[in-house]
Formats: sequence, structure tokens, C-alpha cells
Amino acid sequence: MTDLPASPPGRKQLGLVIDLDICVGCHACATACKEWNSGGHMAPLTDFHPYGGDPQGVWFNRIHSFEEGDGEGARTVHFPRSCLHCAEPACVTVCPTGASYKRAEDGIVLVNEAICIGCKLCSWACPYGAREFDADVGVMKKCTLCIDRIYNDNLAVEERLPACVMVCPTHARHFGDLGDPNSAVSEMVARRGGLDLMPELGYRPVNKYLPPRLDRMAPAPGPAEPPAAPDPAEGNRLLRWIDRLLSR
Amino acid sequence: MHPTFSIVFFTTASGAGFALLLLIGVGVPLALLPDDAGFGAAALLVAAVLIAGGLVSSAFHLGRPERAWRAFSQWRSSWLSREGALSVLTFVPAVIFAFGWLAFGATGGFAGLCGFLAAAGAVASVYCTGMIYASLKPIRQWHNPWVVPNYFALGLMSGFLVLDLILRFWVVRPVGIGLLSLAAVLVAWWIKESYWRSIDAGTAASTVASATGLGRRGAVRMLERPHTEENYLLTEMGFRIARKHRRRLRNIARLAAFLVPVVAVLVALVWGGGAGRIAAAVAVLSAALGLVVERWLFFAEARHTVTLYYGADQV
Repeated sequence: MTDLPASPPGRKQLGLVIDLDICVGCHACATACKEWNSGGHMAPLTDFHPYGGDPQGVWFNRIHSFEEGDGEGARTVHFPRSCLHCAEPACVTVCPTGASYKRAEDGIVLVNEAICIGCKLCSWACPYGAREFDADVGVMKKCTLCIDRIYNDNLAVEERLPACVMVCPTHARHFGDLGDPNSAVSEMVARRGGLDLMPELGYRPVNKYLPPRLDRMAPAPGPAEPPAAPDPAEGNRLLRWIDRLLSR
Repeated sequence: MHPTFSIVFFTTASGAGFALLLLIGVGVPLALLPDDAGFGAAALLVAAVLIAGGLVSSAFHLGRPERAWRAFSQWRSSWLSREGALSVLTFVPAVIFAFGWLAFGATGGFAGLCGFLAAAGAVASVYCTGMIYASLKPIRQWHNPWVVPNYFALGLMSGFLVLDLILRFWVVRPVGIGLLSLAAVLVAWWIKESYWRSIDAGTAASTVASATGLGRRGAVRMLERPHTEENYLLTEMGFRIARKHRRRLRNIARLAAFLVPVVAVLVALVWGGGAGRIAAAVAVLSAALGLVVERWLFFAEARHTVTLYYGADQV
């Protein structure tokens, strides 16, 4: 059934935390995701005309770039977008066949490709564009949170992470249990003011985004400061020392 | 949203078919429509063809049509599943009603009850069709209180027009149904205009800032897309229609779906007979064309929140 599993507080909710402050937009996470998942749980990630003039294909992770603000105070923000494994995923409840489901044990949202009819309604119901239809196989595909890595006994323990998290060269991506308020990822979210995307729609995403730090903001352009008055302490070692002390 | 022809055809055809079934299922047991086996066979056949044709057409939209039967299973949570299950279930009382009426001439008792049940199934199916769209929060133009009334009113209007045409082969000048058809078209027109006004007036709560969590430094705008070519999201959810085309298409829908049928129904009300039949046929054909344009626009004007990630400021 595509009813959602009960999710009492503290229930395990695996997900990602993405730090928009340090993402450099290198697309390594998208590439690693494509590489792993082309042979993973949801394989294949079909490509059409990969070497032609109009290449298209299924990806679970896409890196958008935005500008925030104007003038000197502005900055570029790279924005990786993938499934947020929502606590209230309408993509699951709209599914007419039960192919789309949210796992009770860890909150991962998956598609059972064997019973998906390819009606595409789940992709309409997802505000975030997390689901991409594979026109070749005729079923919907989506991020599995690398379910075939994180529980994979054949991998070294330190490699049991989603491919996107493993590969990120700036550590902008973190994986963990966001249902546990004391986990490392939950504490990071609390410390950095992690955000839900489109909270107004009520999907309660599990993945969180850490907004760019404001203290790295260049000063807003304003009228030039008047030249500073000569410092009376200049020249006097004692006053300079007191000034330094008080300025701490 | 991309307007897929199979879905445009499905929603318009099944809307008309279910409305026709509703009118017959209620009208015949209450003796408001003629108790004539020929009329009954014609009207029920047209309703069945419209409903079944729509359902078959909708299956062409699927990536794996051979698995369509699985869509009946999730009625507890999914409006699409409810619609599929109810459309098929409605055939059970409808077939008993048709058999009782056409084979035994029974329009009361159990046959009449089945007529009412078929009518209720028809109403519930159209409600589910409307709710499939109205329940989708990422699309402001669909998550709108006018959407379900629209599906009801446009379906009822087309059902009345078809019934009026069929009836004219048995009744020379069906004044009652003619007047009701006129009223149905006018009400549907008013509801459609209200829907258009409603979607033109508002903007979505979601913006590019809420979609990205950015905006503390000021306005947020897209700098670069993730990919240079199209993808599924852009072709399916990023479908856009130029403003000037939108206005022209709305006028075509106004003309073909509402204005021409109003005039034609008035002509049919006055003349009856052969001229009335021609006028009623013009009303049906014009409304069919107008409703296809209207339904195409219902998709083309709908803007999904995923476009916020691809350069739209608001939806």
C-alpha cells in the first residue's frame, strides 16, 4: 500500500545535509551518482543520443547555479538538487499501484520498478523534480540514497556512503540519520540553521540545506567612509597597548 | 505541464460519458426521459463508448500499459487509483440497469436502483478525476478550488448537449432538456471564467527563494542550468505557452465550447425537427472542439514548482 508508514519522533530518517556555503559546483556528485547508479538498484539510467547533438538521460542529481543578492554583496551559490526523501512524500501517496513507497525502517523513498506502470503522476506530485521518467524502460526512476552502498557488506565500512557524499571534494555533502536529534548531521543542521526547501508545501523534506554563511558577505557598497581622525594614542606605546587590550 | 493528447481526450470524453450516464440513470427511473428501448440503447451505447474510449485512451499515456490493472489497488491513498476503480465499478450497476431496462422494460425497482447507483458512480468518478489535479500542491493552477467544479460543470454540460442531440431523434422538440442544456452551458461558462480569473489573479507561495532556501543576501536568480539540453523535467513539467497564444486559445475555447453551443441550443429550442437536430449536432461538435482546446490549455497554463529551479521567479 502507498499509505505512509507511521513515523513516531525519533524514527530513523536517513538523508543528506548539503552545505551551500562550500559547494563549488564541480558536478562530481552528479557524475559519481550517475556512474554508481547506472549499475545500481535502479539501473539502467538510460541515456538517449549520448554522443549525438541532443543528448538526454536520467539523472538522480542535478547541480544548478544561482546568484543571490546584487552588487558587491552578491555571491554565486551552487545548488545540488536530488530527492529529499520527504516525511510527507505526496509522490508515494498518489501512486496508484503501490510501486512508490517509503521504507518504514529508514525513511528511504523508493520505486518498485516491477510494478510501476509509468503513469508519471508521482513526478507531477513532487515539487522538487526529484523523479525522472525512463522512457526506454517505461518506469519512473529516482535517487535510492545509494541503498546498495549504505548497507553493502562487500564495501569497506568507510565506503558505505551514498556515492555523492563519498566523492564530494569539499565535504559539502553529509549523510546520516536526521530522525535522531543527536546525530552528527542533526547537530550540524541545528548549528548552521539548516533549511527545508519549499516548507510552505508541507512535504517535510528529510534532506536539509545549510545556507551560505552571512559573515563571508562582502560589505554592502555604501558612501565612502570619511578619513579617520588621527588616533590620539598613536606614538604612545602604553596607550597603544591599552587600545589593543580594549579592542579584543 | 505538457498536454498529452491521450489525457486530454480521456478527461473530455469520459466526462461527457459519465454525465450522460448520470442523466440517464436518474432521468429514466424518475420518468423524466422517454421510456423507449431504441432511445435507451442509443444513449447508453454512446455513454459506454465515451467512457470506455476515454479509459482505453488513458492507458496509452502509460509507460507500461500492460500493467494498468495494478492501478486499481491503491484506492486508500491515491485519487488516480480511486478514479480507475470507480470508473470500472460503475459499469456493474450500469450494465444491470441497461439490461433491466432494455431487455425487460423495467425502469423501477431494482433496475431503477441500479440506475441511481450508476449515476452515483459517474459523479464519484468525475470527482476523482478533478481531485487527481486539485490534490497536486506543486501546481498552483491545479491546486485550486475551481478545478473540481470545472470538471463537474464541463462534464455535465457536454452530457446535456449529447443527450439533447440523441433525444431529438425520438422527441421532435425536447424543451425541458433544451432549457437545461442551455443552463448547463451558461453555468459551465461562468465557472470556467471564474477559474481563469482565479489563476490569473494569484501567485504561488513558492518562489525561487523558498525553493532554494536562499535570499538572505537579496534577490535570487538562476545563473546556470545543470545541463545544456532538455530533460524529462523540462519537457514534462516545463511546458510553456506564449501569453499571446494563451489569450487566443482562451477565446477559441470561449467561442467553441460556450458561445456557439448557446446559440445552437437556442436555435434547436425554437425550431426542433430536422433543423433542431442539425443545430444540436453543431452544438455537440463545437463543444467537443472547444473542450479539447480548454483541456489542452488546462495543462499548458499549469506551471510546476520545478520550473523555479530552471529560471522561473514564481509559478
